[in-house]
Amino acid sequence: MNVPTGRTHPGVAPSGARVEPAIAAADLVKKYGEVTALNGLSFAVAPGTVFGLLGPNGAGKSTTIKILTTLSRPTSGGATVAGIDVLRRPDAVRRAIGVVTQRASTDPQATGGENLLLAGRIYGMRGRDVKARAAELLERFGLTEAADRVVRTYSGGMQRKLDVAMGLVHRPSVLFLDEPTTGLDPQARAEMWAEISRLARHEEMTILLTTHYLEEADHLADRLAIVDKGMIVAEGSPDQLKSELRGDAVVADLAADADPALARTAIERLGGTRDITVEGRSVRTRVDNGAAAVPAVLAALESAGLAALSITVARPSLDDVYLRHAGRTFAAAEGGEAR
Amino acid sequence: MTTLVAHTGYFTGRQLRALARQPAFVVIMLIQPMIWLLLFGQLFKRVVELPGFVSGSYVDFLTPGVVVMTVLFSSGWSGMGFIEDMDRGVMDRLLSSPAQRGAMMASSVANQAVTIAIQSLVIVLVGWAMGARFDGGVLGILVMLVAAVLLAASFASLSNGMALLVRTRESLIGFSTMLTLPLSFLSSAMMAKEAMPDWIRDVSAYSPVDWAVVAMREALSADPDWGAVLGRLGGLLAVALVTGWIATRAFRTYQRSL
Repeated sequence: MNVPTGRTHPGVAPSGARVEPAIAAADLVKKYGEVTALNGLSFAVAPGTVFGLLGPNGAGKSTTIKILTTLSRPTSGGATVAGIDVLRRPDAVRRAIGVVTQRASTDPQATGGENLLLAGRIYGMRGRDVKARAAELLERFGLTEAADRVVRTYSGGMQRKLDVAMGLVHRPSVLFLDEPTTGLDPQARAEMWAEISRLARHEEMTILLTTHYLEEADHLADRLAIVDKGMIVAEGSPDQLKSELRGDAVVADLAADADPALARTAIERLGGTRDITVEGRSVRTRVDNGAAAVPAVLAALESAGLAALSITVARPSLDDVYLRHAGRTFAAAEGGEAR
Repeated sequence: MTTLVAHTGYFTGRQLRALARQPAFVVIMLIQPMIWLLLFGQLFKRVVELPGFVSGSYVDFLTPGVVVMTVLFSSGWSGMGFIEDMDRGVMDRLLSSPAQRGAMMASSVANQAVTIAIQSLVIVLVGWAMGARFDGGVLGILVMLVAAVLLAASFASLSNGMALLVRTRESLIGFSTMLTLPLSFLSSAMMAKEAMPDWIRDVSAYSPVDWAVVAMREALSADPDWGAVLGRLGGLLAVALVTGWIATRAFRTYQRSL
């Protein structure tokens, strides 16, 4: 695997000092009968960072979370969370982590406030402490007015916010977010993204996030691993992974009277332009620095007497990265499921 | 240990609040045993004329029997709460938190105990209104409540343990209905021992359901044989503890399936 970033250790801080990883999974294998859900999955997450596990449904993301949160045991391999062995001391791990599962996990027959109080009390919070914390979280997630209503009456977005608030009530050092924004409308998703970013920046929480939204991983994760068929196929920062594709896409849309073949020749002659393709009236090329190449491309087209209607520069997307490492597009891996 | 008690308290509170928020369910829960007592009391009114019945009034005889049947039918459903929690994702959240498994089991049992105690008192009141007389007095009624709660604890644990194993409503409903009626009739809940076929009388001697009925009737009688009562209550307590322990172990089996 020629992933240049695969060999760097996230446990090494920028200063070069070794830091104990907040989460370390080593060679996790999980088999359900004949089905292999995890097939030797390893990664490490530095404290205080957001780590994204990106992959289609069924890639093994949720199984990984279940093992790291002590819900399930691996067939082989091991893991530590907050420096604690998940197999030997699951009780200690449970006190250190917060978990927001993929499905809602709130009690529909209890009010939002009762849900939060119970969650806090399970972690040993008592009296005024737990009440103040519950009130603070209700305020932060905009649920104060709904606090005395039973959760059954909440909208999907409100339930999701309450889920996250319940995962935070005991101020965990490591937070697991399994598909935190699945099923949320765009506005609720944007609010959730802002909250997750805030947690990582200001509360120094380590967050392991799973998602099958490429843009979510790109937006939130400091580092991410692409999971496919129970293994990690690529790992690095979103920018590192994308820069492997070397360069930006520059797309020129030509005017109706311009000949795309001539445009192609003109761009070819420029030098430094790779992978030139023509699709209809659009000519696409890949260059090292998209912004710098735009004036040259425009000049070349102009001197050939060709008019461009528009010219756009696009950074490589994680979709491109996924295509390269998993050998298929993300949408195809999802099995045609809407995402 | 203090954590276990504290968690049991929190979880019991959660379940009782949920119960109080479903007034229709509470009303049904109270009416159902009344219907049984009224219906069976009328239907089998002349059973007491059979040789073997000591009691002169079938309502006297039937009241503890209906309490025990109510225990079986109510507690047999206890596991539905676990299945709802599994479906809602509440179970997985609790199992990845420091929530004590023993407290999850004990709170479900405590919830059943509260329900059963209230239902039993309603049955006693309706029985009294129908002319039943309890010579054992307040003490006899208290012993009856203890026996009902202990039997409820065993059945709730059994139902909860099954819920963790089968994990679907349909299977749990099947299991519960398969057990409740035969266990009711393999005891002296509705029929005096002396009037039973020999084999049923022999089998019933080993049934905790029958222990509960016998302890109740004895305690409610004018001159209770306290040795017989305490022996059976002790047996019921042992069964409740063992089933509770086994059911709590079933959490492991459940987690292995995840």
